[in-house]
Formats: sequence, structure tokens, C-alpha cells
Amino acid sequence: MGRGVLWAAGLLVAAFLLAPILAILPLSFSAGSFLFYPLPGLSLRWYRDFFGSDFWLPALWNSLLIGGAAAGLATLLGVPAAFGLWRLRGAARAVVLGVVLAPMVVPVIVVAVALLLAFGPIGLVATHAGMIVAHAALGVPFVVVTVLASLEGFDAVQLRAAAACGAGPVRAFFRVCLPQIFPGVAAGAVFAFATSLDEVVVALFIAGPAQRTLPRQMFAGLNDSISLTTAAAAAMLVAFSVVLLLVVGWLQGRARR
Amino acid sequence: MSRSPRLSAALLTAPLLAFLLLSFVAPIGAFLWRAVSDAEVAAVLPRTIVALAGWDGAAAPHDAAFAALVADLREARAREATGPAGGIARAASRLNADRPGLRGVLPMTARRVAAPFDGPARDAVIAISAAWADPETWGAIRRAGGPLSSFHVLAALDLRRDASGSLRALPDDQRVFGAVLVRSLWIALLVTGVCLALGWPLAWLAATARGWAATLLLGAVLLPFWISLVVRTAAWMVLLQREGVVNAALGAFGIGPLPLMMNRFAVVLAMVHILLPFMVLPLVAAFRGLDPRLPRAAASLGASPWRVFRRVTLPLCLPGIAAGCILVFIQALGFYVTPALLGGPGDQMLAWFVGFYATRSVNWGLAAALSLLLLVAVGVCVALYGRLAGFRRPGAA
Repeated sequence: MGRGVLWAAGLLVAAFLLAPILAILPLSFSAGSFLFYPLPGLSLRWYRDFFGSDFWLPALWNSLLIGGAAAGLATLLGVPAAFGLWRLRGAARAVVLGVVLAPMVVPVIVVAVALLLAFGPIGLVATHAGMIVAHAALGVPFVVVTVLASLEGFDAVQLRAAAACGAGPVRAFFRVCLPQIFPGVAAGAVFAFATSLDEVVVALFIAGPAQRTLPRQMFAGLNDSISLTTAAAAAMLVAFSVVLLLVVGWLQGRARR
Repeated sequence: MSRSPRLSAALLTAPLLAFLLLSFVAPIGAFLWRAVSDAEVAAVLPRTIVALAGWDGAAAPHDAAFAALVADLREARAREATGPAGGIARAASRLNADRPGLRGVLPMTARRVAAPFDGPARDAVIAISAAWADPETWGAIRRAGGPLSSFHVLAALDLRRDASGSLRALPDDQRVFGAVLVRSLWIALLVTGVCLALGWPLAWLAATARGWAATLLLGAVLLPFWISLVVRTAAWMVLLQREGVVNAALGAFGIGPLPLMMNRFAVVLAMVHILLPFMVLPLVAAFRGLDPRLPRAAASLGASPWRVFRRVTLPLCLPGIAAGCILVFIQALGFYVTPALLGGPGDQMLAWFVGFYATRSVNWGLAAALSLLLLVAVGVCVALYGRLAGFRRPGAA
């Protein structure tokens, strides 16, 4: 009996997690313009509205551009740092890890306001560069953590073997280590991209109208009456998330093999 | 390997450290510095602050202070006529944070004393505004004299100093942040508790189920985990708003419409939904790490189910439970978007006030002091997490 109650409770909680998301997806295909059921009919008009709009489409491009660049920057900086951290021990490791992981725990509102203050005088507020730098800083801990985890399964003796065969440290890293930890690196990059795609508070404070990302544009649309175009945007972000989740799942499956 | 592996390892982390130093550590440090620094007034009224050094704070100060004020304001205006403007406005805004009403008094006085006048400075200045006859005005200037002050931090704790320098609690009707802090901690605690209660059965099932059932249950946790916070908040708005899905459904039964949004219920509900995966994932890890033979052994030795739970299962899972709770609590404490969209004015948390004072009221000192409060709370939680769960595991994310 106890098992039955447990299953009922667990399934109810799972339904609670999924229901709100599943509830808004069909609304974006509504032929009417109201946010409730039953739908008067199905249509793609809100998606046409999305792709024909002067602010949703640029927001989509901004999200992809800023997310891609931030993920690239975070990966470029995070992979060598993770490789270094993997070989560091003691106090140095603790200090570096503390700094690197700090963006994960500092409330993002503090980061947003601090960056608004710091970026103002140097002209980085309301620029793509400013957003990319900020999102890279927020995403880099995920790269470091993921790459560190995949380095746990890498045998360091191989590097010595590569050195004995005459490979320099750089060559040894690229030819021996990187191919083996690549799923971890890719997963870290996807994590960083997803972090940027999710992020709205920093965007609220330091992005100008030309840097509005998809979540930022959604936030603006949520303050007054919600349009079904916003629901369509939400549905597209959900689709993005599902793709990213599947990619990471696939990468982690590869890493385990 | 190179001659000094430690050095080369440290060098590999250097670019990232430099990047984070510039883009993260230094900006936050400079921002938090504003919580204790106090330079706006001293930049405009240096002589006045010197003249107030020996003042007792009981009555309006001696004539020299008035003369210094006039000299300072004339010089500041002359400077702003040729150079960068805004100094007087910033000083006025800082004084206004201490004594509401002074925002207008300082620029007006600066404008009016710019023209030459006859007679003593004291009479002329008090004729411009009666605020200059009030010792508290001068006390505000002296308190803002800098370079360091506890003014903003005290304000964030609903405390202030009066003209004579002694510490006072604000009158009840002006206290704001004590209630905000308690509210933020309470909402975070409530969300953590509900997450634990809801996450436990789901995590237990996901940890003990086999095959596709386990995959589906974990998927139900991971999918929302990956979906944007704004999207999930929007979903709740669509469900809960006045003409929303829930009210439309209730209306079919002749109920409502109910005010489901802009209240504490909506904020807590959506926050639980958003943070639940952060509770479930560490719990799943803890339950999976539990050796199933141990509770069975306890039961076979005659312990009741409750005793097995309390003496065996719970202590063994405690690090994972603590990790989940602290993870949820830390994030809940800093929430901004969800309360802003789903809550009423009485449901806003510390983060909202940080944003408000930074942008709408341009009181960076108070924003920084509130951030400091938030960071101290988070720091305590992180230290707890380090003790209870350890930093060695890479974490669920």
C-alpha cells in the first residue's frame, strides 16, 4: 500500500512540474486571441506574427548571437582553466575554484547592478560586447565543472606517454586529452549557451533596445496583457530547451561509453 | 611535462581568472564598496564639512559653516558651468536619502547664492530655505562627509544616526528593510520546505524505479530544469491570470474568477515549480547512494518503519538533503523575476529592492548595502553547504 501512495504522490509532483509548460504550448497554435481553452481552432498566425515582427525576430537573433559568442568565450577560457585546475592541489586549487564558481552562487541581481555600474563609464552598457562578456562570466562555471568532471575519467599517464613520444604539452593536450574529454567540453559549451539563453536579469539592466534577447523581450511582453505571440515565443524557447537537453543527454551518454 | 607542472597548471587558469577579475570580481567589489563609501557630498561641500568638524549638533552651526557652504556652492556651480555637471545633483540626492526633502534644497540654494548678496551668509541662506535653520540638515551633511560611513548599511537595517551621532531605530512607519529581509527569508524558507516535501516522493521513485519508468521520471525533472525561468513564470501567468486557463476552467463550474495572481500564493507556487529540480536531483543522488540493505537490516532487527527512517535512512541521506535544501534556499533568496511578475507590492524580495534603488531611485549606496545583506545571507548558506555536503562533488548542475 505504501508503494502505491508513493507512486501517486510522485506522479502528481511530476504532473505539477510538466503541466504548466504543456498547458501553454497548444495555446500558441490558437486561431483565436485568448489565453484559455477550448481553442477556437488551430492556426500558425502567432508564429507568422513572431517571424514578421520588428522586435521578436531581432530578439531571437540577439539570443543566438549573444548565447553563441558567450558560450564560445566561456569555453575558450574555461577548458584551459579546468585543465589547470585538474592538476592544481591544495590552497591554490581552492582559491581558483572559489573564484571560478562564484558566478553560480552570487545572486544575479547583484551581478546585474554591479555590471551596470562598472560598464557605464567604459561604454559597455547597451552593447553586444557587454552582454557577451557578462553572459560568459555567468556561464563559465558550468564549463569548468563539466570539463573537470570529464577529466576525472582521463588517465594522466597518457600525457606522460605522449611527452615520451616527443609531443609538446600543447600537442599532447590537443591530440591525446581533448579527443577523450570532448563530450564534456561540448556539454559545457551547451550549458553555457543555455545559461545565456535563460538569462534575463542582467539583460534587463545592461541591454539596450538593440540587445534585447528573447527572454528579455518576453519579460517586456509579460508586464502588460500577454499576447499569444509571447506564447509562441515561449513555445520556441521550450523547443530550444528540449533540443539542448537532448544534445547534453547524448553527449553525456557518449562520455560514459 | 614542463619543468614545473604546478606553475604551468596555474598559468592555464590565469586567463580565466583575469577575465573573471575584470568582468565579475572587480565590478561587484566596486559596487559593494559603495555601501561603505560616501564621497558625493564631500566632492561638492569640502569646506562645509571641515567647518562642521567641531560642531556639537545641538543647534544650527556657527556662521563660518554658512560662509563655507556659500563658498562651496559658488565654486561647485562655477565648476559645473564649464566642466562636467551633476555633482550638485548627486550630493543633493545623497542628502535626500538621509533627510527627505533636501533633494530640491541644495540645487536651489546653489542657484540663489550664486548672485552676490549683502549681510551675513547665515541670514541669506536661511532666507532661501528654512531647512538650513534645522540642525538635522547640517547633521545630514556631516554624516555624509565621508570618506567612509555606515549610513547605507545602517539604512538597510532600518537604523540611522541623529545629528548628535547616536544610533536610533527608525520610527515604525519608516521601517522597510527589516520586513523585506524577514519576508525574503520567509519566502525562501517556505519554498525550500515545500520543495523538500514535494521532491521527496518523486526523488525516491526516480532513485528506486528501474528502466523506462526511471528515465521518464528523471525526464519530468530535467525538462523543466532546462526551460527558461521566464517561460515558466509566463506559463504560470497564463494559467493564473484573471482571464487565464484556471479561471476559465473554474468559470465553467460557476466559480470565480478568483484573484490567483499578484499575491504570495502565486509567487511561492511558481518559485517551487522553478526550484523543485534543484531539490530532486541531489535527493536522487542521495537515495541512489543509500545501501538498500541497511534499512532492511534495521527492520529485520525489529525496528519499526518510523524508527528505521529516523535512525537509518534519514542520517544516511542527510548530506544530500542538506545540499538540496541549501541549493534551493540560496537561489530562492535572490529571486527577482518571478516575484516581480507574479507578486504584488507586498511580495517583493530583497533583489527587487536592490534593482529599485540602483535604477529608479539611483541610490547606489543603499542598493549596495542591501546587496551586502543578500551576499552575507548567501555566504552563510554556502559555508553551511561546504560543511554539510562538501565541495568535492561537482554538483547536480
